[in-house]
Formats: sequence, C-alpha cells, structure tokens
Amino acid sequence: MTKKNQELMNRLAEAARAGSISRRSFMHYSLAAGMTATAATGLWTTKAAAQAKRGGTFRWGIHDGNTSDTHDPGTYLTRVMIFLAHTHRSYLTMINGDGSLGPDLADSWEASVDASEWTFTITSNASFHSGRPVTAHDVVASLNHHRGDATTSAAKALLSDVTDIKADGDHTVVVTLTGGNADFPWLMTDYHLAICPANDDGTIDWKSGDGSGPYKIDAGEFGVQFSLSRHDGWHREGAYFDKVEIITLNDPNARQTALVTGDVDAVSLVELKTMALLQRDPNIVIHNIPSAGAITMPMHCDTAPFDNPDVRNALKLAMNRDEIIEKIAFGAATKGNDFHHSPAQPYWPDDIPQREYDPDQAKSLLKKAGAEGLSVSLSTADSVYAGAVDMAVLYAEHAKAAGIDVKVVREPNDGYYSDVWLVKPFTLVSWGARPTPDVMYTLAYKDNAAWNESRWQNERFNELLLQAKAELDDSLRAEMYREMALLARDDGGTIIPFFNNFVYANRANVGTPENLAASWENDGARAASRWWFTS
Amino acid sequence: MGDLLGLVAKRLGFGLLTLLVISVIIFFMVELLPGDIAQAVLGQGATEENLAALREQMGLNKPAVVRYFEWLGNALTGDFGTSIVTGERVSTIITERFINTLFLAAYAAVIAVPFAVTLGIVVALLRNTLFDRVVNVLTLTSISSPEFFLGYILILYLAVKTGMFPAISSLRPGMTFWELLDRTFLPALTLVLVVTAHMMRMTRAAIINLLASPYIEMARLKGAPPWKVIVRHALPNAWAPIINVIALNLAYLITGVVLVEVVFVYPGIGQALVDAVSKRDFPIVQSCCLIFAATFILLNLAADVAAILTNPRLRHPK
Repeated sequence: MTKKNQELMNRLAEAARAGSISRRSFMHYSLAAGMTATAATGLWTTKAAAQAKRGGTFRWGIHDGNTSDTHDPGTYLTRVMIFLAHTHRSYLTMINGDGSLGPDLADSWEASVDASEWTFTITSNASFHSGRPVTAHDVVASLNHHRGDATTSAAKALLSDVTDIKADGDHTVVVTLTGGNADFPWLMTDYHLAICPANDDGTIDWKSGDGSGPYKIDAGEFGVQFSLSRHDGWHREGAYFDKVEIITLNDPNARQTALVTGDVDAVSLVELKTMALLQRDPNIVIHNIPSAGAITMPMHCDTAPFDNPDVRNALKLAMNRDEIIEKIAFGAATKGNDFHHSPAQPYWPDDIPQREYDPDQAKSLLKKAGAEGLSVSLSTADSVYAGAVDMAVLYAEHAKAAGIDVKVVREPNDGYYSDVWLVKPFTLVSWGARPTPDVMYTLAYKDNAAWNESRWQNERFNELLLQAKAELDDSLRAEMYREMALLARDDGGTIIPFFNNFVYANRANVGTPENLAASWENDGARAASRWWFTS
Repeated sequence: MGDLLGLVAKRLGFGLLTLLVISVIIFFMVELLPGDIAQAVLGQGATEENLAALREQMGLNKPAVVRYFEWLGNALTGDFGTSIVTGERVSTIITERFINTLFLAAYAAVIAVPFAVTLGIVVALLRNTLFDRVVNVLTLTSISSPEFFLGYILILYLAVKTGMFPAISSLRPGMTFWELLDRTFLPALTLVLVVTAHMMRMTRAAIINLLASPYIEMARLKGAPPWKVIVRHALPNAWAPIINVIALNLAYLITGVVLVEVVFVYPGIGQALVDAVSKRDFPIVQSCCLIFAATFILLNLAADVAAILTNPRLRHPK
C-alpha cells in the first residue's frame, strides 16, 4: 500500500470510529485504496464496530407532537408519542436493525402446528420503572386494553382475530386466534401494543407513564418535551446515553436550525427540499432509508369507470413514476409497482417486472374498454403528504398524453380521512410502514376489510391471503406473496406511485449502527437505546 | 373620582357580556369544523366501532346546546372543565402556558415600550432630519415584514452564523432566570421589532401635533431648550393617544404571538390553542379565546383609565 493510500486508510478508520461513514462506504473506499476485502472487513470490525460508549444526554428533536397527546397506548397517534413509547415502554417483540424480528419482553415464542396458537415466554429479568417485575399478567392486561366492546383503541382491528389471551404462570402468555397467523409475533411490534403495568381488576395503569423500557420519564409536558434517564434494570443490550430529552419540533425550519446550531443531536425528519443543502454541512449526517411506508391512489373497483380492469391498468400506465419521485419526493423514494409490498418488508418478490410510463399502451387499453376520452376526478389534500396536490397535478399532466383527463380536487385537510378517504372513488392516501405484507394486505386489500380502500374483490387473492397467513414454510409463503403481488399489480384497484424513504439526520458525533431499522424514522424509533456519542 | 369608578364598573359589566357572546360564537365555530373530536383523536386509524366507543366516553352524544350550557354552568362557578381529549383539567394545562406567554410578552414589553417612546421623542425632536427618515424606514420595514420572516432572519444571523443566541427557545425545568432570558431573547427581540414602529410613530405624531399649539410657542419664547419643551410641555398632553396604542400593542404581544411561538418552539398559550383547535378540544379552545378576549377588554379599559388619569381636564371635570 502506498503512503498516500495509508493516509486515506487512516482517515477512513477515523471516520469509521466517529460513526460518520457507513460500512458500505467504508468497504468501497478501502477497496479503492487497494485493500483486500478480507482486510477491509477486519479493519472495519476492529476500528469501527462495537465502539459504543456510554454517557451523555441525547437531545432528540421529533416532528409531530401535540398538547393533547396522552400516555394511553390505544390512542397513540403522533410521532412524539410513538417515539416516546419505544423509549420508555417495552413491546413483546421488536424489529431489529437488519429488519428481522427480535426479542423485547418475550425471550422466545412458538406456534402450534397450524399457527393458530402462540406461546410467548416472557423474560424474567424485566422490571417496570417503579421496581415491580414485569409478568405475564401485565402482558395479558396490556393486550386486552385493545380488545372488547368498550375499547377506544385504534389497534382493535389488528387484534380482531384473537379469541383468547391468558397467562400460564408468571412468564408464559398463550394467545389463541380464530385461524392461523404466521405473522402474529410481528404484529406485537405495533406501536399501540406497549406493555403497561396491570391493575388488580385486569385494566392497565397507563396514566402514570410507567413502563419497562430503557429510559424512565423524569419530567415532561405533552406537546413540549420529555426528560428521561436510563432505567438501570432494562432487560436488553444498549441504552448508552445517560439521559434522553425528547423535544417536540413541529416546525421544519426550527428542526433544521436546532440541528445545525447543535441545540439537538438528532432530528426525526429532514425536509426533502433542503436535504441537499443540509448535506453540505460536515457536522451533520443524513440517513436516507427506504421504508415500507407508501403513497397509494385507490380507485373504487365497484364504481364506474374503475369497475373495468383495463381502465384501472390504463390509469396505472399513465403515470411517470420517475418524474414524480424526482420532483415530488426529491429522489428520496423507492419506485412503486402497484402492489403494496415494499422491498423493506420480508418476502418481497424481486423478479416482477417494473411497470413503466406507457401512454400508448394506456390509450389502447382504453380503446379496448370503450372508454376513450376518459375523465376522472382525483381527490387529495396537502396534509396527506408534503406535495400531494402538486403530485396529483403532475400526474394529470402525464395522463394527458394517454388521452385521460384527470381533474385534481383539492379537499380540506381537516376531516380528510373521515369525509374523503373511503368515500370518494379516486383518492390519494399515505400509509405508514407495516412490518409484513400480510398485515398490509389484511388491513387494506382483504375483501371484507373495513379499510379495503379500493373495494377490490379478487377471489384468488383472498384465498392466497388466508393460506399464506397460516403457512409456516418461508419459501412456500414467498411464492404465495409473489402471486398475490401479480394479482394486485394487474387486476387490483390501487396505483402505488412510490414507497417513501425515511430521511432523518444527526450530528456527526452521534454513532449509529451499521443497519438502521426501517419500521420508523430514527432506527425504528429506537435511536435512544441503539445510538451513542462518539465524542 | 366616583365617575371613574362608575366608568370602570360599567365597562367591566359590558366586558362580561362581550365574553358571553364570544363564548357562544367560539362554541358553535368549533362545532362547525369538519370531523369531530373522536375522529381527530383516532385519526386514520378510526373504525365505526371505536369511534362510537370514544364518543360515548367523551360525552359527545348529547346535543350541542346541552353541552354548551353544561359548560357555561360550570364556568360560572369558576370551573372551566377538563380537556375532552386528555381528561386533564383545563386550568392545569393552561396556567403554565399562560405564564410562559405573559413572561415573553413582559420581556418584549419591557424592552419595546421605553425604546419606542424614547425613540418617538427623539425623532420628534429631530423631525425631518436624515435620522428621522432612517428610523421611520427601518421601523416601517420591520412592522411590514411577517413575524416568522423576522424570526428566521434573526435566527440566521444571531444563531446560525454567529451562535450568539440559541435558535430554539425550548424551556427545561430548573433553568435559572438568566438562562431563561438568554433562551427567549430572540423571540422577544422579534416581538420588539414587530410592535416598536406603531408606538414610536404614534408618539412622534402626537408630539408633533402639539408643537404648533400656542402654549408650546410660549414655552419656546420663554427660552426653554427644545428637549424640555417636548418632555415637560408637549408629552403630558400627548399621553392619551400614546397609551392607547401601547395598550393595543401589549394585547397583541399576548394574543398575536402564535407564529413566533411556532418559529422558536416556545411553549406558550398560542401553541396550546392551535393544538386544541386541530383536535376540536372545545374547553381548551374556549378558555384560550376567553383569555385573549379578556386581555383585550382589560387592556383597553386600563388604557382609558390611564388616559383620564394623565389628563387633568378629564380628571377634574367641571
């Protein structure tokens, strides 16, 4: 190795130690500098990884917090509460940095042969911040909080297949389902299903803000900020910071300025418009993580003209996704292919051809359907996604080339999800990331789902959905999801322009693991327990 | 003096009536917003079943008029109710926020009022000079710019480029008074820039108006220096309009700071109001609006009383 390359290697190693370079870039530059892959891997391991240091106060600026937030896990809605929940409470399972499913309160879990009964073994060394150990009874009460007639929980639909939850001793929980569900442990990562201390009457005490997560709340005000300190009895690895401060920063400019001036160490969302400018600041590291969150455009398949698959496919072909991603998402997105299954989820079929912009084919499909000169109204609102209205207008321009007249209707932001979504026949919707294809399809594509936003009824798709749900063999499941993807793509009523990336940032002195979870921003909302200060 | 007390009592009575009318208007405006609280709380995750459960739990199934009079009955006994969304007492939610807002308003007023009045006197003294013109242009520019723009400019130069002051004013428990002043300097300065022009120009105009009066001529002829003519002779008679403008601006410092609060992430009452409106949390919206309305009524009353007290002719009517 030449002297110049040696210098480069030193700088790379320094950057790796400081956490300001990813493993992939490190390997790339190391190989360019003339190292062998084995040597570079070894160097990364010794110099960079596992350098997590304890200490410091992590000041975390999070978008979307509200004065009217509460600790009730059933009505968690804002990002601040979701991130706080992952910091001061625990779940049964968690999504690891590499996207796999890992243990949180449950050490292990196993299913009956037909996957309709799940047994979770609760770790014996977890405790609430009040000092009381976490037992199976707390888990049962916490899950039951989202069930029954009187519940106000938004997670009720998620647990609708559950028929019984019971504790078997202090450390075993048995859940019985109406049918097989191989993804059930994945469902336990849903942000509503936080474990709270049980009261004697089987309800939970959510008001006190007690939890068994890595940090305990010392003081806080909803919509403003929370101060937390490390919970020494936490049952998992990590929690390097001594203290964590969660600060509500709703204004994009305030968030960015606070990061630039060092008033916070990390922020949960970077405005895409200014991402390129922020990238120039050497003190700031930006993460651009493909997620399973999606923008969808459902068309009601039972309403003319969308009741004809040719019309639906013409509308899918009439979109120039590349231009939309470039101009609306500023490149921070993964191209959609009209099935709601993202590369960030397990079982993603990678061999399905991408649907491209093809106005000519769209025209011929319309001709075949006898729907030439098609005119449709697309309802949207700016609150759905930053740039949603612009995106609809851009799509209308693309569709013109296919002879389709798309009228963009700008709806009020307030009440969009009650008065427009599921009501108007052609809308633009934003979906948060769901952990598995089954959860997503069951929620919004199953024939009888309350949120079947495109009112799509496809017998084969629904048959496969139930089969795949109960299938414990991974390769068979993957094959079924591939077929379902093709059905959704070619017959379904939903246009999926793109899956949006999570774009967030931290100061350069914050160390982050090689893999960042894609379930939420900031490492699956778990930055507080997974990140550390390098200096 | 008896007349003055009578006036105050009469005005307070009208004030209460005004508040009552405002509370009716606010209630039905919130009712008119599309969607309801249950939908706002559950968001995209709402289903018919849990919406119904939540409405039942929040007592939203009663007719609007019944809910209004229930609220009014409690309010008359001094109980402003609990937040529909969180169940927390409205007084606990609002008190601290209101103190923060008052603090920021006081901070800005302590700087802005003496500064604007002094500046007004000085430009009246040096009227039609280059100094007068420059001050006028600068203050008019600052009042004509939107507050959030002024805030961003200050953040850019005083926080990002020079690092002299913190860019965000998030308050932490246990801060010392000096830390507090440092943290909130930029929002206070923004507000100062917004309100100065109005008060300064009124001071200038009121004084210049009087300078043509015979008694000012008399003062000049007897050889009083120009600053004394203005401060001793003109100013006492100019107070009434100046005080009115100061009162208006003080009210603005309390009620009009929502944008400044958002830009600087300052936990004041404006932010609480915006959050409550987005959730249709009527008791909080109502309380915030009534506080704002009461602020205007009381400050206007105070301005009238002060104007009477500073004017001997009004103080001792024949």
